[in-house]
Amino acid sequence: MAVDGLTLEVSDGEVFGFLGPNGAGKTTTVRMLCCLISKTSGTANIAGYEVGNDADSLRIRKIIGLVPDNVGLYEGLTAYDNLDFYAKLYDRTEGQRKESIASLLKMLELWEKKDVMVATFSKGMKQKLAIARALVHDPQILFMDEPTANLDPEAAKTVRDFILELKKQKRTIFLNTHNLEEAQRICDRIAILNTKLRAMGSPEELERSVRGRVTVIQLEQTSDVILNAVKKLRLGDVSLDGNKLTISTADPEKENATILDAIFRAGGRVQSVNVVGSTLEDAYLKLVRERGAQ
Amino acid sequence: MNLRHSWIIAMKDIKIFIRKRTVLSTVVLLPLMLSILFPLVIEFAGRRTGGIPTSYLITLLDSFAWFFVIIPAVIPGPIASYSIVGEKVEKSLEPLLVTPITDGEILLGKAIAAFLPAIVATYAGAAIFMVGIDAVTQGKLGYLYFPNWEIALILLLLAPLAILLSIELNVISSSRVNDVRTASQLGSVIFLPFIGIYLAGEIGVITLDTNTLLIIAAIMAALVLALFRVSTALFQREQILTKWK
Repeated sequence: MAVDGLTLEVSDGEVFGFLGPNGAGKTTTVRMLCCLISKTSGTANIAGYEVGNDADSLRIRKIIGLVPDNVGLYEGLTAYDNLDFYAKLYDRTEGQRKESIASLLKMLELWEKKDVMVATFSKGMKQKLAIARALVHDPQILFMDEPTANLDPEAAKTVRDFILELKKQKRTIFLNTHNLEEAQRICDRIAILNTKLRAMGSPEELERSVRGRVTVIQLEQTSDVILNAVKKLRLGDVSLDGNKLTISTADPEKENATILDAIFRAGGRVQSVNVVGSTLEDAYLKLVRERGAQ
Repeated sequence: MNLRHSWIIAMKDIKIFIRKRTVLSTVVLLPLMLSILFPLVIEFAGRRTGGIPTSYLITLLDSFAWFFVIIPAVIPGPIASYSIVGEKVEKSLEPLLVTPITDGEILLGKAIAAFLPAIVATYAGAAIFMVGIDAVTQGKLGYLYFPNWEIALILLLLAPLAILLSIELNVISSSRVNDVRTASQLGSVIFLPFIGIYLAGEIGVITLDTNTLLIIAAIMAALVLALFRVSTALFQREQILTKWK
């Protein structure tokens, strides 16, 4: 089974990230939501329309845009003709088509290339054009499947910046990615999927969900009194390496003040305090590996 | 069904294939060459033999006219194959299928894209053929042989049916292969039975008169309907995305 037991809700104007390894079911989920393939069980609704219902499927396809993992452009047509073809399929008037195509191509810095055959475009240009195609009918919801995969860093940055621009416009975006940094930068909330939904929350919440953050305190001088004072707090494992005190903490933002207070009371002097935390990457790897071990 | 959507798809496909020299050459060159070649054959054969006997000349002209069933069966192959397998190769079917159009509208658009150039090329070739044949045979026959009922049946009934059969076969073969050329070759097997009929006419097994042509048209129409069911069943978006090779 490609996807199982997936329950989630994405709000209007939210950028929702879908993280998972290859084969986790991200593309399958997007294809189901875009009414391209059927679900074997369960229900899904997009803007009040039911996925799987024939009449509603057509309505859903009118209000969504898809940037697939393969750009799938017509290489034998120009950039303008590619967009114009799709705009016509969404029944846009000639005026609307001209306006939206010009606006998108200018925003994505492709206007100068509008009459050039897509076959001559670089990967980055094709990806930008695929994004423009998904937006040519001004959809309420945009599905993006690995939009920066296989792009060079510069092209990937341009695409990411454009997605951030769309975020500012309060467009609802469903972003499939396995680029953690991208997800962290762009998404309001992230779901980690590996056939089943492993976790969901804001990037910060996911980071916090993984234990393993430690507070590292550099002391001027250590003593047993200071060490015992910290241990008495019973916050987590405490270790000492030279004058460097390391304490495992579940919530360093709350607990660090207590730790420092205990050190001061024991006569200690602090040179620096650092929180070495778990990252989204730690959270992702832990959740994905847990699934693998099951 | 929104016919406008099908028309948009057809015009896009035609725009693409016009730029493909290999596809364009099949559409233009085949009917053009045969429509010029046949009158020349009649003219030179007549000169060499001191005049073809009238009864044989008429059999020969009817056989040549039959090529205007074979030509439309061959022409749509490269277009239909490119139009469907080409989309598979370029991975452009997924973005197309996510637009608010139905599978039927896409299939109809693909069929129009292959049908229109094929019928236009067939009719243009037939016009040149008829004018050329009349020019070289009027002196011998004493009247204009074309147009006649047989060529009217061929052009108005059998040629469109041959195109439809060819398109349907190409849709079916497109669902099984990942290469435009292979799809086109598989789809073009349709011309074999038509060549068989031509040879049968040549050796006198059948006469390609109005009655025979109507019987062949009825069989072709039945095949068109049967293959329509198969091709529409295969051209379902979920099948295309998950089961097509």
